[in-house]
Parts: sequence; C-alpha cells; structure tokens
Amino acid sequence: MSRAAQGLVRLPAWRARALLAGLLGGFAALVLRAGYLQAVDTGFLQEKGDARYSRVLDVPATRGRILDRQGEALAVSTPVKSIWAIPADVGAAPAPRRKLAALLGLSGAELSRKLADASRDFVYLKRQVSPETAAAIERLKVPGVYEQQEFRRYYPAGEVTAHVIGFTGVDDSGQEGVELAYQELLAGRPGSRRVIKDRLGRVVEDVESIRAAQDGRDLALSIDSKMQSLAYSALRDAVRLHKAKAGALVALDVRTGEILALVNVPSFNPNNRARLTGAQLRNRALTDLFEPGSTLKPFTIAAALETGRVTPRTPIATAPGRMTLARYTIRDVHPAAMLTVAQVIQKSSNVGAAKLALAMPPEVMWDLFRRVGFGAAPELGFPGAAAGKLRPWRTWRPIEQATMAYGHGISLSLVQLAHAYTVFARDGELVPLTLVKSPAEASGEKVLSAETAREVRAMLELAVQPGGTGPRARIMGYRVAGKTGTAHKQENGGYAAQKYIASFVGLAPASAPRVVVAVMIDEPSSDDYYGGAVAAPVFAQVAQGVLRMLGVPHDAPLEPLDMPPGADEPKEST
Amino acid sequence: MAKLNLLLLAVVVACALGLVTSQHEARKLFSELEREHGRARELDVEFGRLQLEASTWGLHSRVEKIAVGTLGLRVPEPRRTHLVTRDARR
Repeated sequence: MSRAAQGLVRLPAWRARALLAGLLGGFAALVLRAGYLQAVDTGFLQEKGDARYSRVLDVPATRGRILDRQGEALAVSTPVKSIWAIPADVGAAPAPRRKLAALLGLSGAELSRKLADASRDFVYLKRQVSPETAAAIERLKVPGVYEQQEFRRYYPAGEVTAHVIGFTGVDDSGQEGVELAYQELLAGRPGSRRVIKDRLGRVVEDVESIRAAQDGRDLALSIDSKMQSLAYSALRDAVRLHKAKAGALVALDVRTGEILALVNVPSFNPNNRARLTGAQLRNRALTDLFEPGSTLKPFTIAAALETGRVTPRTPIATAPGRMTLARYTIRDVHPAAMLTVAQVIQKSSNVGAAKLALAMPPEVMWDLFRRVGFGAAPELGFPGAAAGKLRPWRTWRPIEQATMAYGHGISLSLVQLAHAYTVFARDGELVPLTLVKSPAEASGEKVLSAETAREVRAMLELAVQPGGTGPRARIMGYRVAGKTGTAHKQENGGYAAQKYIASFVGLAPASAPRVVVAVMIDEPSSDDYYGGAVAAPVFAQVAQGVLRMLGVPHDAPLEPLDMPPGADEPKEST
Repeated sequence: MAKLNLLLLAVVVACALGLVTSQHEARKLFSELEREHGRARELDVEFGRLQLEASTWGLHSRVEKIAVGTLGLRVPEPRRTHLVTRDARR
C-alpha cells in the first residue's frame, strides 16, 4: 500500500515552523500583556482585586444633643430605619405585598403606585419607621426591599421649647431655630474608611481612614427648661384668658446676658409637624416687629436726663392732657396739669414724654435708641432675628420725634426691648445677649451714666406701685420695677382703633436686678386690654418663679400685696 | 549543604505558617474590636433614648400636674420660705 493510500501525507516543513512561531508569538503576547498589567498598568488589576474584598464603609456622624442649662435634654437624635426598594426586584406575588403594605401603613394601591416605575432602582417606601416595624419588615424577607439607617430628632419638651430649638428636616439638617443657627456645630461630619471584609461580611482589617468621622457636639443652651415651662404656661393661660391672638415672653439673666426663657404662643409640637400654620411657626419674640408704645418711654426720659437739663423732679406742664402738633393730637388717658419727670413714667403720660422729647435734639434721642440696640438685630446668630426700624434722625419730623417718645413710629422685637432694659438693670451697661450657656458674668457696654440708670429704675419702681400703671406686676418679697405699654396696632399703614398690643417689661429685684422679663400680648380682645391688666400679671407670675429658681434673696418685706380695685388703676393710652 | 537547605526550608515554612496564624489572630481581634465599637455605638444610642425618656417623664408640666393633682403639693408662700445662702452661719 502506498503512503497516500494509508492517508499519510508528507507535510511541508514550513507548516510546522509556522505553527511553532504562531504559538510562540501568542505566548510572547501573553507574557508582554501580563508584564504590562503587573508592572506598568497596575491600577486595573489592583482595582479588580480590591473589588473582591475591600469595601468603603460610611461612618455616620450622630447629631449632637441640645441640652438646657441644667443638662436636661431638649433635642436628641435616635436611629430609625427607612425602608426602600428596587421596584424591579419586588415580586408580584400579592400575599407578601399585602403584608408589606400593612406593616408600612400604606394601602395596597399606594404601595403598587410607589413600585410602578420598574426603571428606577431606588424608591423610598417609607422613611423613619420605628425599630419594631423595621424588624417585622426584615422578617418578611420580601426580595428587593431594603432598609437604611437614619436618625430622627425628638424634642421631649415639645411645644414649650419649639420656637427656640426649631427643628430638623427629614435629612437631619436644621431648618429653624437653634437647630439651624448651630447646624455646623451640631451636625458633625460623616466620614468613611476602607476596610477588608471576609467571606461572611465581617470587617477583618482597617486599611485606611479616608475621612475621619466627627460626631456633632452637644450644645448647652442658656434656656432653663423649668423657667421656660413656667413662662409658657403663664403666657398660654393669659392669652387664653384675654382671648388674645398671640403672645411672647422673654426672660433674661441680667448678670450674664443669658436668655433664660423665650416662649411664644401659639406654639406647635415639633415632633409632629403634620399640620402647621404660619402663625404657629412664628417666633414672635425674635422675628416679629411691633410698636412698643409706652414701654419705650423710659428711654426717652433717660435721654432727657442725660442731657442734664431735667431731673426726675423737674415739672412738666401737661395741661390740658393733650397736645396738637401738625394736625395730630397726642392725648393722655389721665389728663393732669403738671407732672414731674418721674410722674410722666408713673402715670405714663404721652404729652409729658412728647414734650421732653421735643426739648432735645433728635440726634440725642436717636443716638441713645441706637446704642441700646434698636434698629440692629441682636447678635444671637438666630435665623430671622429682626433688626427693627429706627429711621435716621435727619429724616425725623417733630411729630415723629414726639410720637417716638412714647413708642410709636419705631418698631422693634420683644427681645430687643428686653435687651435694652438691661441698661436700667445694670446701671447703664448694655449686656450682650446669648442663647448658649455662659454662666460667667458678662461685661457690658456703657450706654448711660449710672445715676441716670438708677433714677430711671426708681421711676420704674414707682410705676408698679399703687398709683402707677402696673401695680399688678408686683411680687411679694421683691421690689419690682417696670413699665406697661398698650399700643394701637398698625394695620394697612394706619392704626387700628380696636386692636392693641399690651406689653410689660420689668426687672427684679429692683435693689440689685437679676432678671429682666418682657411680656407682649397681641390683640387681647376681652374687656381689659391695658398692659397693666393683661401683661403685668404674667410678668409677676414668671418673675416670681424665676427669682425663686435662681435663689435670689428677698429685698422687700414679706407682706401681702394690696391690689387696687380695677377701676382705680391709672391706665396708659399707648 | 542539603541538610542546611532543608533546615532553612523548614524555618521558612514555619515562619510562613506563623505569619498566617498571627494575621488570622489579628483579624479575629480586629473583628472583636469592631464588635465592641458597635456596642459602644449602640450604648450611646441607648443613652440618648434613655435621656429622652427621662426628659419625657420629668417634663415640668407632668411633674407639676402630679405634684398638684395627685400629691396635693403647692408652692410654699414666700413668707414661709427662708433663703439659705451658701456661707450662712448660725
């Protein structure tokens, strides 16, 4: 048999060599590629390797707590779970869906609607569910449903501290109040780190810290939750009793400039903000401007005393209880022929205050108003704190200067007013305000001479004695000094006839003042609308409690107070 | 020569095994550390929750309601209070 017949063909030698060369060439290419990957382009393989076992973990930062001056918690974050899903992965079987919907508190249709768009790969089913619900959902083991850890903020004091503390949004960042003002400090910084995980998902090695997490710092406020609570209930009761629209109250520690209590009515529950109205959210004490009325008179008097042209005993002709100036008449509720400067405060005479104001250059008055902080927002760092309106003195017409003397044509916030009164409490020093606990005695800026401040304080003390406008502000055991105010409300550019703002600002104890409390009640609509009848009792109630809690020694004999019957009280018209 | 090489080989193998073991130990300890860290976090959360609870139970309005309503307590009259200062001497 021939070789051909056996099926054997002699192949040409070049074919074997070509094959060999091809194989070698292929090998060489592989070696080169391997060498290239190992030595030159190292990143690629490294990355692939890391992807197998190395993970970047987010390290969450918890938001700091907000505490009151005694360490009582006012805002605390606790972890909650949010449930999310990948719609395409959630099975269509009705039974688990029904159970899931029931646990989430959704109807079946709602759940289906949330899961309708299969192209999305992240849908929140419900945010911030309780740990129990989250655990129950986890036990269901519905495919494509996952949970994510989040934090929720709780405010144990609720409506009492709502306006001061504010609240955070669903993403745990501050939206109002202190939560917003101190966002940076409270929030902390979430970090991340690279770790190696084993087959079971346990972290076995820390490779590097990409960014160190920093937990939010705790913040101790100057607020005392007991005083805050007392102030809130006193104010709420007064607003209810006098059928008023709203009210606000501020209590300051004169020595340190700390805000001990700051409340507003109506308030809201920050833990459940489902139905909120703008009126509830407003922090009236800080962000609302009002014309203070007579509570501003002491500053006019102080400015007049500082010029040296009058003393507390200088008589002012106030007959016949009204005064006409450029088609406008200023009236007194209790006309008197002659009042001393001290009596102008005691009886709250508009004519007297206007005459004192007109006797001095507008610049002098403006300068004092500006130096006690009117027209400039208090430096609290609080969002939305109002600056008030104080027009430059060059634009003042005489009638404006006269009305400003008794607190009309100038607007400010209650906090500004309370702040300004620290001048009388500290013998002429204006103490800077703070919302953060700072128990050290603060040093203030000298605004008035000590004599003037003491003289005005003595007048303010007269104003709360029987015969003054605010005897209901008195407290047993303490000497009180203060001033009432009843201002017509501004409406559509004019003054509303039947709408008032009743206010009272006072300090106690008068011998060595420790606290300033300012009360403002908006539109009291029962029979009484005078500051002395509406706001002064709230002052007395709050100041008494605050002085007791601060442990301030009594400076007056402990005798029951004789309240004059309602009709005998002098009332003020502004 | 061959004996020395064998000995060195044995030493190298032992070292390698030692390295593996210690690495394993380190990882075990590390995961334990992680667990403890987690526990610390949990305890911190628990602390926050308890603080919250304490605040809720100790709410001034609630205390007042119980004191006045259930226990019949009231604020003492100023005349019946005596203020004791820190440096008070008899």
